[in-house]
Amino acid sequence: MAMDIAGKKLFVKALQEEGVDTIFAYPGGYVTDILDELQRTEGIRIVLPRHEQALVHEAEGYARATGRPGVCLVTSGPGATNTITAITDAHYDSIPVIVFTGQVPQGLIGNDAFQEVDIVGMTRSVVKYGVTVRDRKKLGQILKMAFHIATTGKPGPVLIDLPKDIQLKTGPAEYPSEVHIRGYKPNESVHIGQLKKAYKLLRSAKRPIILAGGGVHIAGAEEELTRFAEEMHIPVVTTVMGKGSIPEDHPLYVGNSGMHGRYAANTAVNECDVLFSIGTRFNDRITGDLNEFAPNAKIIHVDVDTSSISRNVVVDVPVVSDAKLALEKLLEWASPKKTKNWREQIHLWQEEHPLQMRRDRGMTPQMIMEGINEVFPTGIVVTDVGQHQMWAAQYITLNKDRRMFTSGGLGTMGFGFPAAIGAKIGAPDQDVVCVTGDGGMQMNMQELATAIYEDVDVTVCIINNRYLGMVRQFQQVFYGKRYVDTCLCSPGGSPIDAKASEAEQPVYVPDFVKWAESYGALGIRVERGEDIIEALSRAKEHKGAAIVEFMIATEEIVLPMVKGGAPMSDMIL
Amino acid sequence: MNNLKNRWIALYVENEVGVLAKVAGLFSAKSYNLQSLTVGTTEHEDISRMTICVTSDDITFEQIKKQLNTMVEVIKVMDLTNVPIHMKEILFAKIKRITAEEKAEAFRIVEVFAASGHIRTIDIGEDSMIIESALTERRNNELCALLRKTFKHIDIVRGGAVAMEAISTSCR
Repeated sequence: MAMDIAGKKLFVKALQEEGVDTIFAYPGGYVTDILDELQRTEGIRIVLPRHEQALVHEAEGYARATGRPGVCLVTSGPGATNTITAITDAHYDSIPVIVFTGQVPQGLIGNDAFQEVDIVGMTRSVVKYGVTVRDRKKLGQILKMAFHIATTGKPGPVLIDLPKDIQLKTGPAEYPSEVHIRGYKPNESVHIGQLKKAYKLLRSAKRPIILAGGGVHIAGAEEELTRFAEEMHIPVVTTVMGKGSIPEDHPLYVGNSGMHGRYAANTAVNECDVLFSIGTRFNDRITGDLNEFAPNAKIIHVDVDTSSISRNVVVDVPVVSDAKLALEKLLEWASPKKTKNWREQIHLWQEEHPLQMRRDRGMTPQMIMEGINEVFPTGIVVTDVGQHQMWAAQYITLNKDRRMFTSGGLGTMGFGFPAAIGAKIGAPDQDVVCVTGDGGMQMNMQELATAIYEDVDVTVCIINNRYLGMVRQFQQVFYGKRYVDTCLCSPGGSPIDAKASEAEQPVYVPDFVKWAESYGALGIRVERGEDIIEALSRAKEHKGAAIVEFMIATEEIVLPMVKGGAPMSDMIL
Repeated sequence: MNNLKNRWIALYVENEVGVLAKVAGLFSAKSYNLQSLTVGTTEHEDISRMTICVTSDDITFEQIKKQLNTMVEVIKVMDLTNVPIHMKEILFAKIKRITAEEKAEAFRIVEVFAASGHIRTIDIGEDSMIIESALTERRNNELCALLRKTFKHIDIVRGGAVAMEAISTSCR
């Protein structure tokens, strides 16, 4: 029988046994004991962010880059509440993060003690599992559960609340090598009968489409998906999260579907007779008006999460399975289908309305994205949320050497920059480019200090249009250009005088270049299309964080677009 | 829409702090129409069993069961809607400020409802009395409706339905 040890020692032991090499930690009264223990431990890097929301986004970026859980440690009270937005983000995009929160000693719980909050209660609806450890004897088991639950099945965030007395109390030294949880049985097989039915239906189709979502990336099934599409001759459409499931220069790739998807992709979904969807929950940004979604199609839905099936869209053949497992099995049966006419039809749609922006004057977002494609042909592109995100989704081209991380489900502004830092920490050998807006950047710009001190070599491309562009686009298109609360250089966010010349407009703050320089980072401003490549090349060569600000025309909009709740066939082109 | 009706679920959950809040929270978070929820321990002290009644259509009900199933703390979801079960709900009704004649009427009501199962008068005062009823939820609804119509001053407290699968298949 091993000697009893303090809870904090068992905590560190658990991290070691789980192979954790990095912990994103922000200190506070009720985690200092654990930090002291970590300080004495070799092999675990402590990353100190500047805000707990950014901390969890960094862990998300790390998790997506490495495929391992992002481990977070924050203190009680405000430290814990600051994480909620990012935890929710991880929940919506199925990212395995484990958030350990300090808590007041159990004797003080319920007293409204200093920095006491019911963080487990507050996060109950946005975590995969959350619990306060109330018994030191159960600590080892709960820590094991946290890693097991976060990383298996449909991954997601887990929150473990650690009262100070649990951290200090001595108890069993054992960290279990496995846990049995009677209420948690992630799906690890595939129902062959259902899959056969799905395959038969797909075989019978004349106009089949594969719709690939983020689940394909989570399962690491990109290669299988591509091979399946190739062997069956079926065109592939992706969601924003599923982008890159098949290399984008592949002849079978049609494009992203959804609210800002490509004309050909949305039209193909509209006209197909069998929709083989895999790893998507049919979010409203993909379906538009549910009654009009894929109106002519029988729908096959492969998803690891039972509760995602027939929830938004009623499906004809449900298959509960991990994407990779299902595709591996399907590949055993796959054989070529005659889809030549259908593919030609889709090709015509692509030619009819190709994705492109004007090239006659000024620097367009398309040129910037193409510049990123050229200068950073491999690595990871991380976006924030807004117009630039949709431009990236449209014009950044992905393949097996280039991935994109984005906040798809929750649409969290402020995600991009910290997630890029986390991605680089997780994948130091890869180029990491953050594409962000001037609004989203300002939501977590304090993290530049983290990037500097942690020696994180990222290139941040700020697409600056002086506005909160996505909402401004709505005001521009649907609200008669009545801009309110969206202009980032005026009081109340309404432009001082829309007719005023550029020179009369208020000066934009911050000056991102001077700001970058004040941190010791490289700052470059780009105002002309012809300077894009040189600026990006300089940023790439620079060792350390580089901020490249691209000044684009204010009223640039994302097209095509479908109004929220409208059918996907109602595209504004 | 299709088949809006009352449905019953028996739910085995971990007997832990916060599980009731998590289950109840699902119904409010996703706008499911919860009618009643009861919870108590089982023969295993670390497992609780809930009896849940919801009003929903077929599709929503399927979704509710799936959502409950995804919870780590939920051990088992049983759909009791179409299986033979024994179901009872405890109800107390205090009837106040009644005349002797009204009292007699209250006794008559109890007598007639007794044909449906357990109901009796358990307390009585000069101008008041308490009825204890352990009938089905639906029969208790009927009792409540009648009591409200017949008497002006009543207090009613109900416990929510508790159900167990039947041994003989004809029970309900």
